[in-house]
Amino acid sequence: MAKIRRGGKKEMPAINTSSLPDIIFMLLFFFMTVTSMKEVTYKVTIHPPEATELQKLEKKSLTRYVYVGTPTEEFRKQFGSETRLQLDDAFADVSQIEDYVVRERSAMDEDEQNLMTISIKADKDTRMGIIGDIKQALRRAYALKISYAAVQRTSY
Amino acid sequence: MAERKKRKMQEINASSMADISFLLLIFFLVTTSMDVSQGLSRRLPPPLPPDAKSQKNEIKERNIFIVKINSQNELLVQGQQIDVSQLRAKAIEFIDNPADDPNLPEKTTEEIPLLGTMTFTKDHVISVQNDVDTQYQAYVLVQNELVAAYNELRNRLAMERFGHLYDDLEEDQQKAIQKVYPQKISEAEPKNYGGKKNG
Repeated sequence: MAKIRRGGKKEMPAINTSSLPDIIFMLLFFFMTVTSMKEVTYKVTIHPPEATELQKLEKKSLTRYVYVGTPTEEFRKQFGSETRLQLDDAFADVSQIEDYVVRERSAMDEDEQNLMTISIKADKDTRMGIIGDIKQALRRAYALKISYAAVQRTSY
Repeated sequence: MAERKKRKMQEINASSMADISFLLLIFFLVTTSMDVSQGLSRRLPPPLPPDAKSQKNEIKERNIFIVKINSQNELLVQGQQIDVSQLRAKAIEFIDNPADDPNLPEKTTEEIPLLGTMTFTKDHVISVQNDVDTQYQAYVLVQNELVAAYNELRNRLAMERFGHLYDDLEEDQQKAIQKVYPQKISEAEPKNYGGKKNG
């Protein structure tokens, strides 16, 4: 029978931490690939509607967003509490959508231009009037691929 | 010279490396968002040329499925007021027309690659009409139920013929099924409701 010595004298050897940076880097790269940068800072509050039959938007680079909602607290004074539109980082008017789409499309590669998707991110309490106006503007701009952004419904 | 050989290269202290990478990791976690954009994909009809007269509906009445949503988010489907939860079953019955009902869309028989001869309702159209004051959530729900109806039919056919769900099929198989159940949800031209509510 071997006797295991349990001398108080012996110190625990320090754990080798030289591989820790590698592990963290691996995590870092993992997160860098699966996540995406925040597109913009929201100036409108958006609680997306719920749905079940959702499809993922395939290519981020081909997607442009139109945000629709009521201005956030800090912009209330300036813009009121009516439903407003946000394109990129600024409040916009429905009439600006056409220009925006044309501009964004011409910045894309030629062979990808007709794959451009416009995602309408609207608050669920938005009235359909403004959505209808946006859709008409998108039609005029020949941005026919659209997507109504929504979140997965968890319960009925 | 001999002295030099003895001297070893001093090892770089790498213990702070972990801290640096942690910092980077946390930075990326904060600035990025995990949520993928999801949504209901739709295709808008091309714009009408400005000189074109509003086109007349040449679609037969039995081929059209009208869903109206009013400002109170209530549904009127084919002249009947129903709840959103009933819409899917209604739409499936309309698209599929299993009993060849003369009030439901006409069926045409066509040869489809991979599937053979199929009889299906080729010319059906689902028309969604909404009021200016309709809530967006209600509109999305209606769209959702209609897409769900198509997905259910497609899955059913895919299971029957290929033994897999529609999403798991090969691309050409999916195309064949799309031919049988094409998504025909028309985004109606907005109507000027003005004072009238019956548009």
